[in-house]
Amino acid sequence: MIHNQTIIEQRPAPSSSVGPVAWLRGNLFNGPINTIFTLIGLYILYLLVVPTVQWAFINANWVGTTRDDCSREGACWVFVNARFTQFIYGLYPRTEIWRANIVFAGFFTLIAWLAIPRLPFKRWVAVFALVGFPVVAYVLLHGGYFDLPRVPTHRWGGLMLTLLLATVGMVGALPIGIVLALGRRSNMPIVKSFCVVFIEFWRGVPLITVLFMASVMLPLFLPSGISVDRLVRALIGLTLFQSAYMAEVIRGGLQAIPKGQEEAAAALGMTYWKRMGLIVLPQALKMMIPGIVNTFISLFKDTTLVMIIGLFDLLGIVQAALSDSRWLGFSLEGYVFAAFMFWIFCFSMSRYSQYLERKLHTGHKR
Amino acid sequence: MSVSPNTRPVGQKPPFWRDRAKRALIFQLLLVAAVAAFLLYIVGNTQDNLSARGITTGFGFLGNTAGFGIVQSLIDYSSQSTYGRTFLVGLLNTLLVGGLGVVAATFIGFIVGIARLSPNWLLARLATAYIETFRNIPLLLQIFFWYYAVLRTLPSARDSLAFGEVIFLNVRGLYLPEPLFESGFGLIPATFIVAIIASIALVIWNRRRHEATGKRLPAYWISFALIFGLPLLVMFATGVPITWDVPELRGFNFRGGITVIPEFLALWLALSIYTASFIAEIVRSGIQAISHGQTEAAQALSLPRNLVLRLVVIPQALRVIIPPLTSQYLNLIKNSSLATAIGYPDLVSVFAGTTLNQTGQAIEVIAMTMAVYLTISLLVSMFMNWFNARVALVER
Repeated sequence: MIHNQTIIEQRPAPSSSVGPVAWLRGNLFNGPINTIFTLIGLYILYLLVVPTVQWAFINANWVGTTRDDCSREGACWVFVNARFTQFIYGLYPRTEIWRANIVFAGFFTLIAWLAIPRLPFKRWVAVFALVGFPVVAYVLLHGGYFDLPRVPTHRWGGLMLTLLLATVGMVGALPIGIVLALGRRSNMPIVKSFCVVFIEFWRGVPLITVLFMASVMLPLFLPSGISVDRLVRALIGLTLFQSAYMAEVIRGGLQAIPKGQEEAAAALGMTYWKRMGLIVLPQALKMMIPGIVNTFISLFKDTTLVMIIGLFDLLGIVQAALSDSRWLGFSLEGYVFAAFMFWIFCFSMSRYSQYLERKLHTGHKR
Repeated sequence: MSVSPNTRPVGQKPPFWRDRAKRALIFQLLLVAAVAAFLLYIVGNTQDNLSARGITTGFGFLGNTAGFGIVQSLIDYSSQSTYGRTFLVGLLNTLLVGGLGVVAATFIGFIVGIARLSPNWLLARLATAYIETFRNIPLLLQIFFWYYAVLRTLPSARDSLAFGEVIFLNVRGLYLPEPLFESGFGLIPATFIVAIIASIALVIWNRRRHEATGKRLPAYWISFALIFGLPLLVMFATGVPITWDVPELRGFNFRGGITVIPEFLALWLALSIYTASFIAEIVRSGIQAISHGQTEAAQALSLPRNLVLRLVVIPQALRVIIPPLTSQYLNLIKNSSLATAIGYPDLVSVFAGTTLNQTGQAIEVIAMTMAVYLTISLLVSMFMNWFNARVALVER
């Protein structure tokens, strides 16, 4: 029974509780201290963004071939433009760049295939990526087979070398890391202490001394007459260094698997390697992927150190281009470009790792 | 019914390869043998190579004259000094940039980490932008940026950037006024130490009294006033026995004051800014790890807000924060070895670089350098284990 027939029409919420004004009040100007912070923040933003946009976009020069095409009022992207091929491929011969391009294409296709959850045949793709693809990539990049002219490794460089160092270092470090992590959890005292000493040694020294060691001491360790390519020496150093960090990530994953899993497998009469290979590692590796990606990001950034022992990775080749007498004084442009490239790779990898963490946040949480 | 060949008569021991203990023993003996053989092989090769190159091993070279100068040294050093002295200078320079870097990185990192949790949307976004920018760019690139793109493009000494006519910044570095202590200054540090001891005693007495009677003094404020106020009081009472040696432009360069070389500035800035982005994330996750129930329970006990933070949130957050924080400090000290790329005279640069090239004693030099970093790592992880044992949750 309704006595009052007139129903008051619904009115919109007051503008002080919804809409942009309310948002501003709630998030930026709620209280005197926050207002001061907001104003300071806006001022910092103004100081940073306006000159940067003016330098990098509004006053910048984009087209041309020499330094005379730059007005010097803003960024001179002509420099990056002119050197772009070198920044990506290093001193790789121009006529052979198609080979590097095939490797790049294959590399990114495989990565995408493995990273996107929906695509099928993951196991076979992974096996090909770890076994077949390195051989294909080596044959294509190094040449010397199938009438491909040889390209010695000292001509490799740029982004190509950065990616190569990071991937090979990573793929090499993974199996060593697994063995070290299993050894560190072993019941056998000698095996355990070997692994602990190995891991703590590499984790305790800076990468640069490892690279120095690889470039200065490795030739002393080998019988006279055997010389190892400089790139291979750097790769050995990087792999050993990385494997110690990898071992700690894997150990963390192994520790997260409840002990009952291994005990149940042992109760079924499985041997050590079956218990590890079929029960513990598959569960642990799934949980380790975010940690492994994070280690990969730090390895990717650390590859820049190889320029100190004379390899031209992306940063090394930018640094070399900066000392070219035709392009003196464009260090800011060079560094901003290199930083942008590294940032894109690292940022997208860290986002992927966060996505995985959310996706894998199931199962073992109770 | 035939007996399967695997069946053993009762009482007979299994063959040794089925016995886990024996198998483990054999495996470990094999491992020791393999490692020993590998080491012998390497040592043999190294000896052959060294004798072929005519290098005698040993640490005798540490007594030889170095013959090169070092642009920054905390102890007396000239090109007449020995390689042993070079090692010390490099070590001290590493510790200097490492120590100052740790302080600055902690300071920036805590501010940015707390700002990231701020209810202020803009502030939180600025902090996120800082973290995501600096931790995704290689440290070496950041060092190059500060050194070559910023500090090397500063004006020359004549057109220095001046801050209040006492601090000057130019392409040759940062010039700061240097305090000169007059006689009678020794009293001020002495008061400072006395004030610290008094504060510790006060805090302990206050805690006992609080536990016994429930009354408490604002001990932290009193000790703050003691530690900073008392030395200041003494300083003014003795007539400020400090004069400042302000840098002055004479000819083409500055004279007097303290000179901070641009290599140090670049390395210090890059290390602090880079590591701070990691520390900020650690601080954020440490604070977020404390469940909201803890704060609410403390508020339900009607603890005032500062005590909620000091007695409930911060002690628990520190338990989460300190272990990753110490490993970041360790990373910072190890990363300071990148100094060699811009020529800051740290351990790796002057010892594993110049000294190695001059003497050719690769094994000794690299081993000594690595031993330094290993010792630092070991000390830090010992501290961390001690700390973890102290603060670990005691569970039933």
